[in-house]
Amino acid sequence: MATTETNTPTLHADKNQQPQPIRPARRNGRWSGYTHLLWARILELKREPEVVFWVFIFPLLLAAGLGIAFRNKPADITSVVVIAGEGAQKTLAMLQSSAAHSTVRATVLDRDAALKGFHFGKFDLAIEANPDASYTYYYDPARPESVLSRAEIDAALQSAAGRKDTLTTSAQSSSEPGSRYIDFLIPGLLGMNLMNSGMWGVGFALVEMRQRKLLKRFVATPMRRSDFLLALTSSRLVLMVIEVGLLLGFGVLVFHMRVQGWRSILSVILLASLGAVTFGGVGLLTACRAQKIETVSGLINLVMMPMWIFSGVFFSYDKFPAIAHPFIKALPLTALNDALRATILEGASLGSQSGRLVVLAVWGGVSFILALRWFRWT
Amino acid sequence: MGSSIECTNLRKTYDGKVEAVRGLSLQIEAGECFGLLGPNGAGKTTTIEILEGLLAPTSGEVRIFGHTWNDNPRQLREWIGISLQETRLSEKLSVRETIELFASFYREPRPAADILEELQLTEKADAWVGKLSGGQKQRLAVATALVGNPRILFLDEPTTGLDPQSRRQLWDIVRAFQQKGGTVLLTTHYMDEAERLCDRLAIVDHGQIIAEGTPSDLIDRMGGHHVVEFQVSKTANGNADHDNRDKDNLDRWRSLPSVESVRREDSTVCLSVREPHLTIPALLDAVTNDGHQLEHLSTRQASLEDVFVLLTGRHLRED
Repeated sequence: MATTETNTPTLHADKNQQPQPIRPARRNGRWSGYTHLLWARILELKREPEVVFWVFIFPLLLAAGLGIAFRNKPADITSVVVIAGEGAQKTLAMLQSSAAHSTVRATVLDRDAALKGFHFGKFDLAIEANPDASYTYYYDPARPESVLSRAEIDAALQSAAGRKDTLTTSAQSSSEPGSRYIDFLIPGLLGMNLMNSGMWGVGFALVEMRQRKLLKRFVATPMRRSDFLLALTSSRLVLMVIEVGLLLGFGVLVFHMRVQGWRSILSVILLASLGAVTFGGVGLLTACRAQKIETVSGLINLVMMPMWIFSGVFFSYDKFPAIAHPFIKALPLTALNDALRATILEGASLGSQSGRLVVLAVWGGVSFILALRWFRWT
Repeated sequence: MGSSIECTNLRKTYDGKVEAVRGLSLQIEAGECFGLLGPNGAGKTTTIEILEGLLAPTSGEVRIFGHTWNDNPRQLREWIGISLQETRLSEKLSVRETIELFASFYREPRPAADILEELQLTEKADAWVGKLSGGQKQRLAVATALVGNPRILFLDEPTTGLDPQSRRQLWDIVRAFQQKGGTVLLTTHYMDEAERLCDRLAIVDHGQIIAEGTPSDLIDRMGGHHVVEFQVSKTANGNADHDNRDKDNLDRWRSLPSVESVRREDSTVCLSVREPHLTIPALLDAVTNDGHQLEHLSTRQASLEDVFVLLTGRHLRED
């Protein structure tokens, strides 16, 4: 940058004849502002207990909670209720003596309590022994476990009553790591966490600084504005490495998740970096003009809400109608989650994920450019 | 030596409606401490932020060392240091970290240790900003302005809300900067601050300069250097004809010897007086002749407050 010092008086020109009291100054390099901004941001984050909780602890608690709630139960217990009556005790005895006795928990209750318990989901099936020795099942076709329970109980009662199987079958159980709910969940949580902390860490922090007039104070200095935005976004990368390490480490140690080798770890780190920067850019855009933290909180939630629901964090987006899939796949979190799952669970190479990487890069790039254009410093 | 800061016919209109600055021109010489004095909402902050290049004027021109803000903003930013009216610096950074951060933005900053010492923050160097007192926070704000080794220091209400000791400390810092050849532009609504610190000042009201000069100039221009204030006991006549009598009385007091102007504040009469030793005996005689009693009498040096009241009919601190 050219300096135009021709007609400017030099400091201390003629007021002070004595030797300069000011020590010879150091010269700052091109990246001095950026590195100091980045370091200041990291220090601030480190000293903020809320950040440590929301970014590091909360996802682990969520993973632990959901992992335990949806763990593959050792043997899926069917909980059934037998409606009290003449045949109730006999029914109970038949169930106890059947081959299914280890997977069935049966209770006897009077009619009202039994049906109420069934309607509230406490029991998967209600069984009523009729006076003519026939049975009535109460089941809910919309609840898979209820359907399952009906078939299981029917088979148990029929064979206890003397029905003979005509076909000889055997079964082998399999619940290998890689196909369980927790395996599906951890990459989704990772993606969601990258989105959360990118949006809040950049968007919220920015508006807070704008509100306390810190942004205005910064632009009153020769600081390069792009350095500031770059430092804010890249501070996310540092946190990202820790987030990814913690969540994956947790999955591997506690739930014996399987990550496919070192190449996969590297791919995950690269993917997560792209995700962190993308959502940093989206956060920047969300916060580019908001003056109050209340406003930006609303905006951030508005932007994240569709992705929480549609992007397959907790359940697969296959459950939505096929017509919506192209839109769902165009969301950045969907692309990130899908790519993370493919990489972590299937050991897919980054090259095979190029379409998803492009979706992420476009979201991040476009957001960053628009944010720069519309940004309000004061 | 040329002007450090020059602006001509500045205007700023917000949203096409509110006229915050209405045709304001200034010329501030290098090495000068210049004050913008005025009540809240007079347009001081808008003016100083236009000069700092943080706000664009609706019309008018600003030159800093002969350059406009469009010429080379980055170079101008190297030359100026700013303390905004209200900046809440990051609370979780220490004083030293904050100063180092600001230093990193300048090409040739001063060493943080020097700044810490100069602003008496060495003891607090490792304390978090959130733990500082009001005076320490304000000194840190000035430290972030000084660390770039600026030629001009802009201070917007630097001592508002500070205790007397902290204010004096800040004044010393400003004077030290000026003694090294720096130019200072500050806004204030404190009279004593303007009188003690500023070489020249402009009184701003409703976005315009209504008077400009050295503090003693301005006081001279008012007429008397002294103010005599007194109260007389009310007679039993009641308040019905109070207003008429009041007008008569004010005219009476004005006719006393050496009185330049008269005003009434509640029940106190204030006379601007050139020579109190001529006025006071005549005042005592007049009160006695009327059969009233003098309840209170004091004389003091005239201040900028008196100038402001004379010019606008309002007090500076009125909201």
